[in-house]
Amino acid sequence: MKSVLRTLKTLRQYPSAIAGLAIVGFLVGVSIYTMIAIPYSEAIRLWRGGAGVWDENPRNAAPVWYDLLTRDSLSRTIKVTSQGEGEKTITPLGDGMVRLQVTLPFDFSYDTFPSEITLYSQATYEDTRTKFSLTWVRPSGTETVLVTDRSMRSSDGYYISQDAQLQTGRVAPQIGLFSDWSLSPGDTDRVPEKGRYELILETVIPEGYEFETKLLVYGQIHGFAGTDNVRRDISVAMLWGAPLALMFGLLGAVGANVTTFVLAGIGTWLGGFVDALFQRLTQLNMLLPLLPILIMIGQFYSRSLWLMLGVVIVLSVFSASMLTYRAMFLQAKEAPYIEAAQAYGASNTRIIFKYLLPRIVPVLLPQFVLVIPAFVFLEASLAVLGLGDPLLPTWGKLISDARSADALYMGHYYWMIQPAVALMLTGFGFALIGYALDRIFNPRLRTM
Amino acid sequence: MVVKAVVLFITVVIGLYLVIMIANMGGHLDDVRRAEIRLGVATGVYMNPANQGLGSAALKQLTEALVVVQYRRYGLDRPFWIRSIDYLVTAITLDLGRAEYISSDSGSKEVRRILAERLPPTLILFGTASLVLFFGALAVALFLSRRYGSILDKTVIGLAPLSAAPGWFYGLFLILTFAAVLRVLPWGGMVKAPPPKDTLEYALSMIQHMILPVSAISISVFFASVYSWRTFFLIYSSEDYVELARAKGLSSRALQRRYILRPTLPTIITSFMLMMITTWMGQIILETVFNWPGLGRQYLTAVNLNDTPVIVGTLVIFAYLLAGTLFLLDFIYAIVDPRVRVAGGRR
Repeated sequence: MKSVLRTLKTLRQYPSAIAGLAIVGFLVGVSIYTMIAIPYSEAIRLWRGGAGVWDENPRNAAPVWYDLLTRDSLSRTIKVTSQGEGEKTITPLGDGMVRLQVTLPFDFSYDTFPSEITLYSQATYEDTRTKFSLTWVRPSGTETVLVTDRSMRSSDGYYISQDAQLQTGRVAPQIGLFSDWSLSPGDTDRVPEKGRYELILETVIPEGYEFETKLLVYGQIHGFAGTDNVRRDISVAMLWGAPLALMFGLLGAVGANVTTFVLAGIGTWLGGFVDALFQRLTQLNMLLPLLPILIMIGQFYSRSLWLMLGVVIVLSVFSASMLTYRAMFLQAKEAPYIEAAQAYGASNTRIIFKYLLPRIVPVLLPQFVLVIPAFVFLEASLAVLGLGDPLLPTWGKLISDARSADALYMGHYYWMIQPAVALMLTGFGFALIGYALDRIFNPRLRTM
Repeated sequence: MVVKAVVLFITVVIGLYLVIMIANMGGHLDDVRRAEIRLGVATGVYMNPANQGLGSAALKQLTEALVVVQYRRYGLDRPFWIRSIDYLVTAITLDLGRAEYISSDSGSKEVRRILAERLPPTLILFGTASLVLFFGALAVALFLSRRYGSILDKTVIGLAPLSAAPGWFYGLFLILTFAAVLRVLPWGGMVKAPPPKDTLEYALSMIQHMILPVSAISISVFFASVYSWRTFFLIYSSEDYVELARAKGLSSRALQRRYILRPTLPTIITSFMLMMITTWMGQIILETVFNWPGLGRQYLTAVNLNDTPVIVGTLVIFAYLLAGTLFLLDFIYAIVDPRVRVAGGRR
């Protein structure tokens, strides 16, 4: 414990190490917050949920911090429901039918156009197709009839921005409806009209039933990380990526590096057959290409992240660092104090774990910290090759999704940059600490 | 040396056998293949207009007969453990057998030809990157060790943590900057389409396509190499015999070449080789990210198609290259380090 404190004190002298510690601390903080705020099952639901969960998010929306980069205020998603701000008027018609008029008002005060407009309806009756008419009222008072007597199922969606009949003059409805219709189609400096818009819906429904409707005017920015091409909120994966990356990195480093260290110690001390066996296994293992074997396992057996981790650990126990540790243990083994321990009759276990291993720990520690990013990036590598865990929202999965959706080509840079920066930060944080520890524990470098 | 080579060879054989077992899922892949063959044959028999008049019993019999022939054709009539030995023998002799689905650009089904077509692009990319890195990093490390403590030195050393990320990762950023935003370099691929007829133009186009991938590898490996090599140089330049040589008035050039570089070379070559082995593995992703038509991308295609002979073939090449690197290390040791030569097989 004391030595840990002393190490931390020495680390304080290295500004790079402080930066590294700050980054790692931040990541740990984010991980703890994420695991409390979005429990695992909730994260899976949000990430794998399907259409029902993501309906109200815009497609390919940029993160909200894009708003800071541009002078204009970018549009955000507006949702108006008949239960909320909407007004309902019901007029009985006789014959068991009623005329229903719903007015859905909303304020639009952004400098850019919305990305999509959709109207959803939800009704309690079934099997009856209703007809409805829609009128769009702009702040200036101009009324535009969108549809008259359009047939609709009781629960349906009307994708206004995709209605080809509204695309007069090659201007998409979400632009045309928010600006002056009379402008020429080629006019590029159209600006959205600001103020209070209204959508008026008229329909005839059977008496005694409920009819609710919901208007979604999708924005161009959403959430702190944006959305992808299936309207998923990227922030879920950005947040959950942190604990998963840390867990994968730490478990991998503990499993592979620490085990290698202990085994090297045991092998060197016992010598003879055990040592020879470990050396043969190391040589054998160095010939087995790790990544190709992982790819094969991912393709043939399972893509579970934890199985992959297990295989990685098994294949990295007898890695090249075994040779490095062995060389050091061979030197340490000859130290007089170990001879003394042998003389008073200490058992093998005692000598290995009390005297031999602690002596080389200073070499292990920087190695251990430096190897963590390697595992974090290994997960990302597998994901980029399409072998990521199908369930878990990780940074690697984000990069892989962005690549397969040609995000860079389409200009959705945020989709690729955010997880890449997160990975970079993680790698840098651990590397900064590792290099500082290296300088502290290897005084030969420090005195230079 | 001979004993060492034999031991290494035996290790390679055991390693290859393990790989073959994994690539065949311990024999389970044979069941998958049998089922595929059966389905193919049955569909063929039932859809054949010539067989229309036959009863279902006759059709079944015909199918069975044809399935047996197909099994024998693919060697599936023999138990898996015999076939695994077959795989091993073809692997060791580099015969590599015939592919099941993939064929080479020239139309051959021989794994050897398929891989031979893919090997040059990989070697060109990898070889260029290695050469640039080794000599570049060596020169910079020597230069910095002379200017220890300068701002330049501190900057380069401060960049060492960049090696935490693999090459393909920087590839993404490079593509983003130079292809997506600036539009000055190609997104990926090896030459522009259609490939230029003129040799010089072809080479120029290839160099243009190689800039980004080579830079990607370099960013991830360069600074870490410079960091560790510079440290070695510094440690050795404070040795007594260097001080003596300096006192004798030797030029700093001669000093570096004869007294500093010479004793550090074995360590440096080892660390470089080990680093390159890691980079070899990363080649698969790098080629995927940059759409480079090399061995790595071929491997991924083969895995996706369950084409065992090609998978095993690629891994055999990988294993041989790795073993070759390890063996080569010993030779290089003997050349650059006279002590090893004198001791005669001490290592």
